[in-house]
Amino acid sequence: MALDADTVRKIAFLARIRVDDDRLEPLAKELDGILGWIEQLGEVDTDGVEPMTSVADLTLPRRADAVTDGNDPEKVLANAPDPVEAFYTVPKVVE
Amino acid sequence: MADDLTKLTIAEARSGLQSGAFSSVELTDAHIAAGEANRALNVYVTETPEIARNAAKTADDRRTDGRVAGAMDGIPIAMKDLFCTEGVQTTASSHILEGFKPTYESTVGGNLKAAGAVMLGKSNMDEFAMGSATITSYFGDTINPWQAASGPDAGKDLVPGGSSGGSAAAVAARIALGATGTDTGGSIRQPASFTGIVGMKPTYGRCSRWGIVAFASSLDQAGPMTRTVRDSAIMLGAMAGHDPKDSTSAPVETPDFESAVGESIKGLRVGIPEEYTAEGMPDEITRLWEQGAAWLKDQGAEIVDVTLPHTKYALPTYYIVAPAEASANLARYDGVRYGFRAHGETLDEMYMNTRGEGFGTEVQRRVLIGAYVLSAGYYDAYYVKAQKVRSRIAEDFRKAFEDVDVLLTPTAPSPAFAIGAEMSPVEMYLNDVFTVPASLAGLPGISVPAGLSASGLPLGLQMIAKPFDELTLFRAAAALEEAAGFELPAFDPRGA
Repeated sequence: MALDADTVRKIAFLARIRVDDDRLEPLAKELDGILGWIEQLGEVDTDGVEPMTSVADLTLPRRADAVTDGNDPEKVLANAPDPVEAFYTVPKVVE
Repeated sequence: MADDLTKLTIAEARSGLQSGAFSSVELTDAHIAAGEANRALNVYVTETPEIARNAAKTADDRRTDGRVAGAMDGIPIAMKDLFCTEGVQTTASSHILEGFKPTYESTVGGNLKAAGAVMLGKSNMDEFAMGSATITSYFGDTINPWQAASGPDAGKDLVPGGSSGGSAAAVAARIALGATGTDTGGSIRQPASFTGIVGMKPTYGRCSRWGIVAFASSLDQAGPMTRTVRDSAIMLGAMAGHDPKDSTSAPVETPDFESAVGESIKGLRVGIPEEYTAEGMPDEITRLWEQGAAWLKDQGAEIVDVTLPHTKYALPTYYIVAPAEASANLARYDGVRYGFRAHGETLDEMYMNTRGEGFGTEVQRRVLIGAYVLSAGYYDAYYVKAQKVRSRIAEDFRKAFEDVDVLLTPTAPSPAFAIGAEMSPVEMYLNDVFTVPASLAGLPGISVPAGLSASGLPLGLQMIAKPFDELTLFRAAAALEEAAGFELPAFDPRGA
């Protein structure tokens, strides 16, 4: 399996990271090197093995369905790059 | 006097504060001065001397009134810049979080504050905790106070390990009495080994992850970095505890960890896993490992050979699981709600420019790997496969612990290396080959400084215990520390 520049372009868009065109080829080589090294996992017999999703041998705790915080717009917006009144802002999405 | 105050352990400082030999303000000022004298090490992203002096004054006033907040009252420490600190910039050493001032305190930071700890500053780290050398920080490299006495790296600036490299260098250079670290695949234990200090990663779930910038949520754990095992036990006691705000925080009691330090290890069964060797690992590390086993045997422990057959698959498993979780966790940095924002004509362009400029090379690499292994068509082949191998690795440990109480291994396959050493990403990842397996299984581990390399650099040995059996871990680690008799040298100040 070889990871090519087109695939890098595709996953970079999925991850919403701008990668300049001249970086695609070198990045493809690097990532392909890492994935090639990871391929050795194919040697491990995992038939009938359950995937491990958590190390905590717990069932998730429950709590009463009650409001425990919130109603603090100033704190929520304190670090926003470009807030307007009580809102976050983004470039225009709908014409 | 001021110089002497930085040579104390946390336990000694606690006694001195109790007896009134010195005040927390004096202790704190001595450490602030040590930080200023060592600016060239670049241990902090943000220094907080005013906050420190105020907290120290409060601790002294409290003591004058006959009250003590807790186990760390008046003790100056460094806080890894991954912990959100109320009103103090928290960057995760990333451009994308530059200027971010949380409006809340992490639970572990809050616990330490409640115990009276005095925060000196936010320590440097690899960006988003992704790295093993503290050379991926947007705020520059941290330098190890140690220098090689001989060999090809003699006289060069060395890395302190990573990702908690600023914390490790601060503790080793006596800029802080202790420091918080976080460990996802070895980020506390490996830098501890590189700087000659004690680094402890508790059982997953022992410390709350709430308010710690997330890297890989199924692996991340906070832990203490100190100069002695006793200090490690004291500091962990002040950090740990169940927290309803983190659903993976374990609802268990926090025992008196310090009580285990100095207890006999007679009859303790110590496992030596035969698979913990790496290609190119120097013989001196193997010999130190054998020496460590002999020291424990001399104190009455039984040394038992064990096998952890899937060890070699731990690192590739980690490099699927951790990037996959990171790609999901780091999706939140979108330039909208906090942190850095770059210009873009459209929403997608703004996202892509923000993340392209805001994330460094290693973070981008891992987010891309993560996005790839989670993408349609590859999810089962990579991600689910890795989760299954992870089950195998955890099973290996379960079986080994049916026969032994603790495991003894090297911490890292090499001593500290030079800043700028040529390494491929995979070669850099191999630094964590001995620490990642316990992380995948969620087990507590500790690195204890045990000896020096031929070039005069510190080498650590790692011990690993059963889940939530930190008491046995501290007991065994203290015995190892006692036998090793490792002494941290006095370093010349490294001014700017």
